[in-house]
Amino acid sequence: MSHRSAGAGPSTVSRGLRPSPDRLSLRSTSPRRGEKAAFGFLVLAAAVSVLTTVGIVVSLALPAVQFFREVNVLDFLTGTSWTPRFTEKSYGVLPLITGTLWTTGIALAVCVPLGLGAAIYLSEYASTGVRKTLKPILELLAGVPSVVYGLFAVTFVGPVVLKEWFGIQVQTFSVLAAGLVLGVMIIPTVASLAEDAMSAVPRSLREASYGLGANRMRTVLRVVFPAAVSGIAASLVLALSRAVGETMIVAMAAGSQAKMVSDPLEGGQTMTGFIASAALGDSVQGSLQYNTLFAVGITLFVLTLVINLISIRLVNRFREIY
Amino acid sequence: MDTGRIQASESPRAVLGCTDVSVYYGDFRAVNEVTMDIGVHEVTALIGPSGCGKSTVLRSLNRMNDLIPGSRVTGTVAYHGQDIYGKDVDPIEVRRRIGMVFQKPNPFPKSIYDNVAYGPKVTGMKVSSMDDVVEESLRGAALWDEVKDKLKQSAYGLSGGQQQRLCIARTIAVKPEVILMDEPCSALDPIATARIEDLMMELKKDYTIVIVTHNMQQAARVADRTAFFTAEAAEGHGDRTGHLVEFDLTTKIFSNPSDNRTEDYISGRFG
Ligand SMILES: Nc1ncnc2c1ncn2[C@@H]1O[C@H](COP(=O)(O)OP(=O)(O)OP(=O)(O)O)[C@@H](O)[C@H]1O
Ligand SMILES: [Mg+2]
Repeated sequence: MSHRSAGAGPSTVSRGLRPSPDRLSLRSTSPRRGEKAAFGFLVLAAAVSVLTTVGIVVSLALPAVQFFREVNVLDFLTGTSWTPRFTEKSYGVLPLITGTLWTTGIALAVCVPLGLGAAIYLSEYASTGVRKTLKPILELLAGVPSVVYGLFAVTFVGPVVLKEWFGIQVQTFSVLAAGLVLGVMIIPTVASLAEDAMSAVPRSLREASYGLGANRMRTVLRVVFPAAVSGIAASLVLALSRAVGETMIVAMAAGSQAKMVSDPLEGGQTMTGFIASAALGDSVQGSLQYNTLFAVGITLFVLTLVINLISIRLVNRFREIY
Repeated sequence: MDTGRIQASESPRAVLGCTDVSVYYGDFRAVNEVTMDIGVHEVTALIGPSGCGKSTVLRSLNRMNDLIPGSRVTGTVAYHGQDIYGKDVDPIEVRRRIGMVFQKPNPFPKSIYDNVAYGPKVTGMKVSSMDDVVEESLRGAALWDEVKDKLKQSAYGLSGGQQQRLCIARTIAVKPEVILMDEPCSALDPIATARIEDLMMELKKDYTIVIVTHNMQQAARVADRTAFFTAEAAEGHGDRTGHLVEFDLTTKIFSNPSDNRTEDYISGRFG
């Protein structure tokens, strides 16, 4: 080593007073290979996720473009009859969209109040012990496969809960049963994410509110909620995306009849339901039947994107940064 | 150990009277049998080494400790003779009358105006004009002139000292009788500190103030009475339990304390 600090003798002293040039050098002494490798990995990870998204869009877009060469976009978006597999073919996507809107709307009506209620209870009212038990259970529930929920909707919620218990005359397949179970499935996601957001609000803000004589509900609604709004909104956006994109439950419980849904007691088909039932591997690549799947897929994609963008706008307007 | 009532030279007319107040966090007794009176329109300072339980005592005066799971208070804290830990007492009502200003300024992430208006709104105070309440409170906290043109801006744009005065304004907006302050100047520079001290002298005409401070000069400057706490290992186990050593007129505490430990602490020999 060229400079040893603890060495004895006059040479060390003189070096200490007038350092040799290499001692003044600010160049890095270690190559830091690990750091470079880690950096490379992180860039790669980011790139993979971006590229995947681009790949999805492209692979959706190409067949969809072919589809729209044969079918007029306006007819597609405004048509009220969806019969791509019949001899009398018609490509109006509105029936699928109404199906999706109904199941999503019903699901949100279930999961938003119940999910947020559970989150408020867990973060503001439950004792530490209760919270420590309930939160993991909730997260476990979020992991139940949706096919199980689908079965639950068809065999239990429709015929037993709705028909027998509440006397609601639903058909065997109904958007109501599908939407309700879809909502139940999403509750844990909303509750868990919203609870995280609310627990992250500094304790000092709650103390300030209580110190002014506010009660718990006012503190939750006027301080904790606004401060946690971006996290809560993120949970709702995720809930919405999951409801729009969920396939198994709606395919099993809502039926496969594509028609304009006006009565939730009847069945209907959603966009995801159509794709799942039609993508059976029997469509020839490049055929209109094949391209139809992608046209519906990209419609779903754009719809989700638009919903997310609107939500982000809304959140930015209302959030309070702490 | 002296657990009897420690009498100040001239007993003040008490707004708050603590009798044998002990505070526990779970099984740990943080403070043991504090007995003292808080005099009306006076500034009472709580001093003592870190961990002796000043904040704990202060927070027991408006039931802020209720918010800490596992904490427990024994003894009585009487507000005009009424035990605030009594059965049919609503802690919300207690905190409306006995407000609190915290060590770190903690304005809400709202506008300056909304910060001040928050208390009157959530407590359902009947006010003829919220604008007047906001102005009056901000004037009371000596902040009005600095913020009157930006009431709608976020409170987070203010300096630390301004934020702390905003927190004081927010507290006085609900017109409490007592204001508890836990090291309100510890995050502030000397100029901002001086402003808050001036403010306290002003506020004590209308309010009763209890302040925790680590700053001896501050206690000497602003407090009418000073309580000195310390923490000593309790018999049997190693946990340090805080207790009140001496409570008297500030002039007496700083010039001629009757307990050696007080004298040692004030002259900087321990703590
Ligand atoms: N939330 C809590 N849970 C458990 N123990 C606590 C809690 N808050 C305080 N304590 C304990 O109670 C004792 C007194 O704490 P307290 O904060 O009242 O001291 P303090 O005199 O205000 O100290 P400082 O001057 O550092 O602020 C300490 O031993 C502390 O560890
Ligand atoms: Mg403290």
